[in-house]
Amino acid sequence: MAHSIVAKGKKIDFSGFILYTFLSLFGVLMLAPLVYMISSAFKPISELFLFPPRFFVMNPTWKNFNDLLLATGTSIVPFTRYIFNSVVVSSSIVILGVLISALAAYPLSKHSMPFKKFIFSMIIFALMFAPQVTQIPQFLVISKFGLINSYFALILPFLAAPISLFLMKQFLDQVPDVLLEAAKIDGANEWRTFWIIVLPMLKPACATLALFSFIGAWNDPWSSTVYTTTESMKTLPNALQTLSGGYGVVARVGTVAAASLLMVIPTILVFIISQRMVLETMAHSGIKE
Amino acid sequence: MSVPVIQTVSISNKPTVLGRLQELGKEIVRKKVSYFFMAPFLLLFLLFTVIPVLISIGLSFTYYNIVESPRFIGWSNFKLLFVEDDVFLTAIGNTLKFAIVTGPIGYIMAFLLAWLISQIPQKYRFFYTLCFYTPAITSTVAISVVWLYMFSGDRYGLINYWLMNFGILDEPFLWLQNVDSILPVLIFVQLWMSMGISFLAFLAGLQNVPRDLYEAGSIDGVKYRWQELWYITIPSVKPQLLFGAVIQIVFSLQVFDISIALVGMPSPLYAGHTVMTHLFDYAFIRFEMGYAAAIAVVLFGLMVGLNRLVFKWLGSEE
Repeated sequence: MAHSIVAKGKKIDFSGFILYTFLSLFGVLMLAPLVYMISSAFKPISELFLFPPRFFVMNPTWKNFNDLLLATGTSIVPFTRYIFNSVVVSSSIVILGVLISALAAYPLSKHSMPFKKFIFSMIIFALMFAPQVTQIPQFLVISKFGLINSYFALILPFLAAPISLFLMKQFLDQVPDVLLEAAKIDGANEWRTFWIIVLPMLKPACATLALFSFIGAWNDPWSSTVYTTTESMKTLPNALQTLSGGYGVVARVGTVAAASLLMVIPTILVFIISQRMVLETMAHSGIKE
Repeated sequence: MSVPVIQTVSISNKPTVLGRLQELGKEIVRKKVSYFFMAPFLLLFLLFTVIPVLISIGLSFTYYNIVESPRFIGWSNFKLLFVEDDVFLTAIGNTLKFAIVTGPIGYIMAFLLAWLISQIPQKYRFFYTLCFYTPAITSTVAISVVWLYMFSGDRYGLINYWLMNFGILDEPFLWLQNVDSILPVLIFVQLWMSMGISFLAFLAGLQNVPRDLYEAGSIDGVKYRWQELWYITIPSVKPQLLFGAVIQIVFSLQVFDISIALVGMPSPLYAGHTVMTHLFDYAFIRFEMGYAAAIAVVLFGLMVGLNRLVFKWLGSEE
């Protein structure tokens, strides 16, 4: 299935050599800022403001992490509270969002009913603009319902993501109908068919959307800025903004680098775990009108 | 594949409007299970996407400050935006400059890198995919710490230090304060982060181009790799290209958090101000919701308009 040109025969030809060199150099350049972040997180204060500035750490220390988790002195709530908030919000969005999209994708792909085409073209249309342009009315809706400063405000608006339903439906389209019909002949109703046949087959798509929605939710500083006003409801990215003291302030670089590293690690881990299924899903991401 | 069914609509069923509606109603009731499955998604989608778009458009014609109820003022928000609000014109100029550079370059870069990766054996692909994709999934807020430090305006900043060491600069350059360098720095950082969902879509699409197409191509006289790319690969991944373009357009027009994280709000002389930061300023700092809604509507129009163009250009012909 894999198509590769370089692997013709055993020898790596000249163009293959150039290809690997280019990819490796570019890859290292792309990773450099992250490596720098990791190295800064372990730098003791003496090295952070060293002149000339150094890229790598010389005497690594856990002090920055200690400072962050135990003695974030000036703030009212402990740093772990922000981590807790972020975990609650992101995991709710991932689990509920994926489930809701999978439920909706099933009839949209496998049943025929009135308005099916209309609903799907509405989803495609919604892909065309950033959700942030609807922020003002969303804010009004949330505040009318009295949901400001609640987890609901941080979760509900992000559950029905058009891209989730779109990718889920595209993936399900290529699953043969025969399996579903077999289940129906065995007397399973739609609900059972969904749980026993459809959902297991959607596993790669679910993993992919879990990745995308996790990254979106975990990294989003905007919703917590808009929908929460109390310190104890802030999520990690929002707290990080406060911690660094706003833009242009280079104070507490070490603590901030440690916090940033803690923020970045989960996203990379989730990608490494889900990558095989992600590529399987994205193969069906094309828009065919 | 299906055998064309001969239409057996009898003349007696001449559809009247009422009759059709009745049919439709019956059909909906018959398919109610399908709608139950979709209900949670559609309900939330309606509440948080469809209705907000409509309300936004409605609010953009009003004066609304949350305290008093909205007052209809016709087109004046839009007139104010385009005629008198110099900051908005700066913002829209910045956003367009930004999008014109990061949109196409990010898109082409994502495709070319994905193509290069698809040329190497399977077992090495994951490592390179991780290298290029990781920047796209790191939090902007988190990574801005690194960029602030790298582009720092004194001699402690790594970039200043290196450039001065190589003799390119004589004295430290204020990367994040100088009006001329703010936008280029933001563009640079955005490009670094742009191997995202579209990159993955390309990668997956390219890995699944049927192998026999290439064999057929070589029989038909395709000699060089670029010919293969142009005549075989690109046409077979066209649907992914369209999906990637849609994602990329939205991504490059919604620039917001890097601008705030790196150059602040307001940025020096509004050099890093974008439509999105302008929207945020009016909506959640000044609470002029009507005016902010007008900004949102302009941005919405821009995104949807550009995407319509791309659909015309890349959409399949059937």
